[in-house]
Amino acid sequence: MAAEMEPPPLGDAGQTDFREIEDGEGFFVSTVTILESPEPSSPDPPSMPAEGISTNGPKQEDISLDDDPEDLFAEATEEVSLDSPEREPILSDGPSPAITPVTPTAMLTPRMGLGTAEMFERSLDELEEDESGDTFDMHIAVSDPEKVGDGMNAYMGYKVTTKTSMTIFSKNETTVRRRFSDFLGLHSKLASRYLHIGYIVPPAPEKSIVGMTKVKVGKEDLSSAEFVEKRRSALERYLMRTVKHPILLKDPDVMMFLESSELPRAVSTQALSGAGILRMVNKAADAVNKMTIKMNESDAWFEEKHQQFENLDLQLRKLHASVECLVCHRKELSVNTASFAKSAAMLGNSEDHTALSRALSQLAEVEEKIDQLHQDQAYADFYLFSELLGDYVRLITAVKGVFDHRMKTWSKWQDTQLLLQKKREAESKLQFANKPDKLQQAQDEIKELEGKVQQGEKDFELISKTIRKEVSRFEKERVKDFKVVIIKYLESLVQTQQQLIKYWEAFLPEAKAIA
Amino acid sequence: MTSTIDDSDKEKALSVSVDLNNDTSLLIDIPDALCERDKVKFTVHTKTTLSSFQKPDFSVPRQHEDFIWLHDALVETEDYAGLIIPPAPPKPDFESPREKMHKLGEGEATMTKEEYTKMKQELEAEYLAVFKKTVQVHEVFLQRLSSHPVLSKDRNFQIFLEYDQDLSVRRKNAKETFGSFFKNMVKSADEVIISGIKEVDDFFEQEKTFLLDYSSKIKDSTARAEKMTRSHKNIADDYIHISSTLSINNITILQHGDVKVEGRVASDQELKLTELLRYYMRDIQAAKDLLYRRARTLADYENSNKALGKARLKSKDVAAAEEQQQQCLQRFNKLSESGKRELTSFKGRRVVAFRKNLIEMAELEIKHAKVGQTGDSLSFFSSCILYVLGRERFNPTLSCVCTYS
Repeated sequence: MAAEMEPPPLGDAGQTDFREIEDGEGFFVSTVTILESPEPSSPDPPSMPAEGISTNGPKQEDISLDDDPEDLFAEATEEVSLDSPEREPILSDGPSPAITPVTPTAMLTPRMGLGTAEMFERSLDELEEDESGDTFDMHIAVSDPEKVGDGMNAYMGYKVTTKTSMTIFSKNETTVRRRFSDFLGLHSKLASRYLHIGYIVPPAPEKSIVGMTKVKVGKEDLSSAEFVEKRRSALERYLMRTVKHPILLKDPDVMMFLESSELPRAVSTQALSGAGILRMVNKAADAVNKMTIKMNESDAWFEEKHQQFENLDLQLRKLHASVECLVCHRKELSVNTASFAKSAAMLGNSEDHTALSRALSQLAEVEEKIDQLHQDQAYADFYLFSELLGDYVRLITAVKGVFDHRMKTWSKWQDTQLLLQKKREAESKLQFANKPDKLQQAQDEIKELEGKVQQGEKDFELISKTIRKEVSRFEKERVKDFKVVIIKYLESLVQTQQQLIKYWEAFLPEAKAIA
Repeated sequence: MTSTIDDSDKEKALSVSVDLNNDTSLLIDIPDALCERDKVKFTVHTKTTLSSFQKPDFSVPRQHEDFIWLHDALVETEDYAGLIIPPAPPKPDFESPREKMHKLGEGEATMTKEEYTKMKQELEAEYLAVFKKTVQVHEVFLQRLSSHPVLSKDRNFQIFLEYDQDLSVRRKNAKETFGSFFKNMVKSADEVIISGIKEVDDFFEQEKTFLLDYSSKIKDSTARAEKMTRSHKNIADDYIHISSTLSINNITILQHGDVKVEGRVASDQELKLTELLRYYMRDIQAAKDLLYRRARTLADYENSNKALGKARLKSKDVAAAEEQQQQCLQRFNKLSESGKRELTSFKGRRVVAFRKNLIEMAELEIKHAKVGQTGDSLSFFSSCILYVLGRERFNPTLSCVCTYS
């Protein structure tokens, strides 16, 4: 499946389109239904970068216009009905092998359990459970990194296996191959769609020019293997986090990503592409704006939360740095233990007292085993602890971004309000100037602006509400995540200690046997 | 900082170099030591039944330099050329903890109060460990002297133990120190020449090969063991940082357990393994010195033989040359005899010491790993307190204790 075929151009919004993709061997035929969603006129569609439009005509963000939460999930049910009959079975390549991810993803307790949270609006809560009728049960594994192609155009292909019992998916188990830019493309689509309305979209793993170049060049050494493993694990965590989000899970792009065997190449994720440059410019503009907007925070909750996240950010960064230090030192310890083991063995060899010589050789062996233990521990340190912290540092950046979007929404609303006021003043002036057509024009404009102001207010309220929900969800997830990981980590420490006991207890009689 | 050494530590002291001579006529220990800035003042306490001493029980204050003086005095005594002189104790080295203390002071601003206190505690523990170690090596030095049949009777040794005033008058002055440094250089050049001399005795041939080889290996091992313990200490420090950051973040995990275990593992390994290796590294050097001295006398003997031959040819000063040759031969034989004795007992001592230390090290490792394991030891892995968002809106006081065996 190395060749990627250009899919035929997709239809516009409002049409259901089929996309047929055939791969080289002609085994697969998959159809993807593009969703249609009722589209109330949106007076102020947020700006969308170019790539978002190509695969999904209808603007998902219109959902945000519906204040009524019912509609949100009405869409979802509509999705389900559109999907199931029209999808043809997607043939997967053979039985999915049992994939044991390196960092086993904890199976979450069913969503039902979260019903205890009074902070959720009751109706929304119920709907969340009703939506698919089943509990959250998804398991995504990213595995089998394989280098595809050669030279500078080479890339790593990863196998993405989805195991689920949820009804919104057409199959219980799907396997597809994806490359890194596919993940980035998915993320940028989700971000453009959801970030500005207040949803915390999990950030994708970072690009790494150095790492990838090494892989491309074909250096088969330890560091590039480590890099690939790190990336693989990060991609897995990214996907799991994305699907854990109830809204993002429903996103057709996500489903397409998980299920369709071919995806259009997401070229706009390249750093030097046009979209990339646009992104950079936008980022700079945002940074300037943030400094100039001074928001009147009427809601103390947001103020408090904002501060909380700032602190959390600091703490996590500090912790992350410490843990990285720990990983480094443990690796060092492992190296030193190994070198000591070697020299102890040599010492044992040159020792002429036989029992002592044997004991020293035993000591060397013990130390060697311990070195392996330390290596494993370092591995655990890193993959469990350090990567989790890194993920959360990035997540918090996304959270802060969401808060910023709220500020922007507020500011837009305020601006529109100011504009309205000015127009009103202008109108009242015109009233006295007796210019009927200009007056009419002004009055039309005012009506329009009034609508806009109302919209702005609604937007702002909606984003505030969404953020509240999101933040509480985020907090819950965070606590769960940390708890799971920390327990695992402590378990690994305990296990190390147990092994140490075994090794030293085996050594002790040898030492005692020295006569 | 005063440190009192109790019986368990004394046993530790003996474990590095085991006293095979259970003669209690001369018992020495260092019950007390004071640390002032750079200098450590040891209180050397002697209990004796020998009549050569004025009192049966007495104590004197001594400094590190006094020990060095004693050692050098013994080395320079001709009569002891055939003996292994116990290696001099190394200078008390508070460099590492002091450096850390300095860094800690600098970094105080960036650390939280809790972190700072913990780091300080660790530092104090390290300081104490270094201190204990230096007391131990000094004590061992004296105890080896006291248990040696010949060296224990040395006059300088007696002075060291008894003279109740400052020994500095008898210590080397700068010129003499320089002289000894020069002597050492000449000696190492000689060693190269000596190793070329044909050895007449199988035993010594074997010993020489063994010691040369072993000495380099043990130096290597010591260096690597030191690196290992340093890494362990780094990890212990990291855990301090981590646990304090976590507690700020309200995810308080009592990783004190980790810290203590890692820290203690580091210091126990330090005491047992590294010290053992370090001590025997020096001891083997002392053994090598003995071999060197003996080889020197052999060289002298051979030279005197040549001289005798020449004298006989010239028929001049034959008697003097013969006298010389006899003396050399005597000296050589004496050294060979005592050297053989010393080296054999050295080997026995070494084996016993290794055994003891290795056993103790293994037992300690097991003990600490077990403590890290047990569920009832609350301060260790078995207890972690996690911060959980309470049911009420983000109430930070709700926490759940999760214990597991």
